[in-house]
Amino acid sequence: MSFLEYAPAPESRSILKLRDEYGLFIDGEFRPGAGESFTTISPADEKPIATIASGTQADVDAAVAAARKAYDKTWSKMSGRDRGKYLFRIARLVQERARELAVAESLDNGKPIKESRDVDVPLVAAWFFYYAGWADKLDYAGLGADPKALGVAGQIIPWNFPLLMLAWKVAPALAAGNTVVLKPAETTPLSALIFAEILQQADLPAGVVNIVTGAGATGAAIVRHPDVDKIAFTGSTAVGREIAKAVAGTDKKLTLELGGKAANIVFEDAPIDQAIEGIVNGIFFNQGHVCCAGSRLLVQESIHDEVVDRLKTRLSTLRLGDPLDKNTDIGAINSAEQLQRITELSRIGEEEGAVRWSADCAIPENGFWFAPTIFTNVQASHRIARDEVFGPVLSVLTFRTPGEAIEKANNTPYGLSAGIWSDKGSRILAVADRLRAGVVWANTFNRFDPSSPFGGYKESGYGREGGRHGLLAYLKGGRA
Amino acid sequence: MSKRLTVPKTYKLYIGGAFPRSESGRTYEVATPKGEFLANAALASRKDTRDAVLAARGAVKGWSGATAYNRGQVLYRVAEILEGRKAQFADEIVAQTGASRGGAEAEVDEAIDRWVWYAGWCDKFAQVAGNGNPVAGPYFNISVPEPTGVIGVIAPQDTALVGIVSAIAPALVSGNTVVVVASQRYPLSAISLAEVLATSDVPGGVVNVLTGSPAELAPWLASHPDVHGLDLVGAGDLDWIDLQIAAANTATRVLPPEQGTDAAAPTLQRIAAFTETKTVWHTKSLV
Repeated sequence: MSFLEYAPAPESRSILKLRDEYGLFIDGEFRPGAGESFTTISPADEKPIATIASGTQADVDAAVAAARKAYDKTWSKMSGRDRGKYLFRIARLVQERARELAVAESLDNGKPIKESRDVDVPLVAAWFFYYAGWADKLDYAGLGADPKALGVAGQIIPWNFPLLMLAWKVAPALAAGNTVVLKPAETTPLSALIFAEILQQADLPAGVVNIVTGAGATGAAIVRHPDVDKIAFTGSTAVGREIAKAVAGTDKKLTLELGGKAANIVFEDAPIDQAIEGIVNGIFFNQGHVCCAGSRLLVQESIHDEVVDRLKTRLSTLRLGDPLDKNTDIGAINSAEQLQRITELSRIGEEEGAVRWSADCAIPENGFWFAPTIFTNVQASHRIARDEVFGPVLSVLTFRTPGEAIEKANNTPYGLSAGIWSDKGSRILAVADRLRAGVVWANTFNRFDPSSPFGGYKESGYGREGGRHGLLAYLKGGRA
Repeated sequence: MSKRLTVPKTYKLYIGGAFPRSESGRTYEVATPKGEFLANAALASRKDTRDAVLAARGAVKGWSGATAYNRGQVLYRVAEILEGRKAQFADEIVAQTGASRGGAEAEVDEAIDRWVWYAGWCDKFAQVAGNGNPVAGPYFNISVPEPTGVIGVIAPQDTALVGIVSAIAPALVSGNTVVVVASQRYPLSAISLAEVLATSDVPGGVVNVLTGSPAELAPWLASHPDVHGLDLVGAGDLDWIDLQIAAANTATRVLPPEQGTDAAAPTLQRIAAFTETKTVWHTKSLV
């Protein structure tokens, strides 16, 4: 047995109390959807998990009506202090049911249990805990005294961090006094439906949060609904564009958190051990299904070979496989469709002349998998250097001077995040100033915190989630 | 003694710090409310718009990279120069709009005071809009506002001076550069304002002024990929929903139209609208 072979250590699924079938969560209770139900599967073995309702226009109408009624009759009249108490309750219930949520998330999404257990779910609780405290302090949010909620917020979230994205959206919306109609991603509805049970345990007033599962048409019905006051969307730039067009001319307030193609810049004086770990975390965390992933490695020419060699060595030790196994580093790709996209872009990368290296790891027979992959000899014009792959694929480019690094880093229509690795503080500060990105990590990567605003420049979207800034997306008015 | 013959001004565009005629060679007549001829203003074209965006894009680096203190002084200088030219601006407002002399002077005063108000925000806005974040880990974490880039502005159409000032000044505070389409009926004050800007240490290209038809120019501005923000404050009479849709293609940030003579009233939100919050995580070592 080599040092890389561990005995399997799967997290038990017995903690789950799943139903065979889930309805839509509207007005405080589960009810059947009018659309044709669909099955959510585990991407690790393609086995069905549960049958999920699909929301139609009529279902969305009902959800918006419930949210409106809850806003008018209950939530907008409740004191900030009491709204906060509900959010604190939710935070505690998430902590109490953390393991169950982590297992559900890994099962439905394919991400390693060590990530859902140690990152996603703790951050979900932290997000509710943070915004709970804001609910009775909105006068200090930055809009002046007595700012107002917007009303009914429609929220559409992606599949890469299903429950965490729910928390990013729901917590600030409720703290600011809005009610919510949320649509989880089609391939990852499970944790949101368990969250609906948590809302029942918290005794949150009916209609304050409504969860309508379904595909794109369900989301479009929310976006176009005339009684929705706010749309918050996280997902692809292409869909974000369509949403911005759909709400043009309306009074709907819009925030978009879209795609990215982050540069992770490594200078020759970087702390190399940390940098290697940071690069790996930057692009292989969550199988690279991260909008802020450090997918473009910009490495100073003098240390290119050393960095690439060490990356290959490190990637060869990563364990790909069962997401529920506690030893797993790389889980499953979320869907066949996404796997197809990653495969296609990687093929184009080879065709365009980049040099491909993939970790030599056993790929399970069933499910959707992609070995961690590095492309070297990448040119800025290559599609793997321009398009968001949203998978475990790293493109390596080089630079000679800080000026060239900044220019290459900014040479993208995206502007979500960036990384800088250097031991020289003054250089970090100067480079950070000039990167056109909403989040810059210096000597770290992919850190998230409820107190820290997150969001894009340029075509990565607008509006911020997290921190005091995140509240502003859900408030208006305020006396100067 | 015979009455002295006046020397009328040729009103041209203001692009990249220079005063070119429209490349199209077109002009349109500006008249008093009674229909008396005042001047021929340049009727800017699509090409002029693109030239203006190019100039604005080129000016972003210098203006946004200037210190906030420096930007504040330059914008305050604009107010100083305006103050010295009050009579000229009041005359132009009276001639174009038919306002009373007192009303015109009040408008100029208000425009000057708004420059001063916004100038003072340059080195304070980041303190009010940014903050440190107490993250749960060994990181120094700070959020600061940065300029969005090139902002296209359709100036308020119902006023000659105070509207355009109120639309462009807040965009300049954080370091954006501007391409502004002036009031179609009252374009002369906008060009005289450009003369003030040109003599106030505002670098060329930071503000570019187009006169002509907002309906003709706005679609090019809205759809231009190098325009990152779009202030439709004066676009209420245009097909502004289509402009928003055009802007959506490149996630351009949009402010909606406002009606009335107090459109674009000064607020902190007008500065914030064309800024991006950057959050930087700096690792702290273990000591």
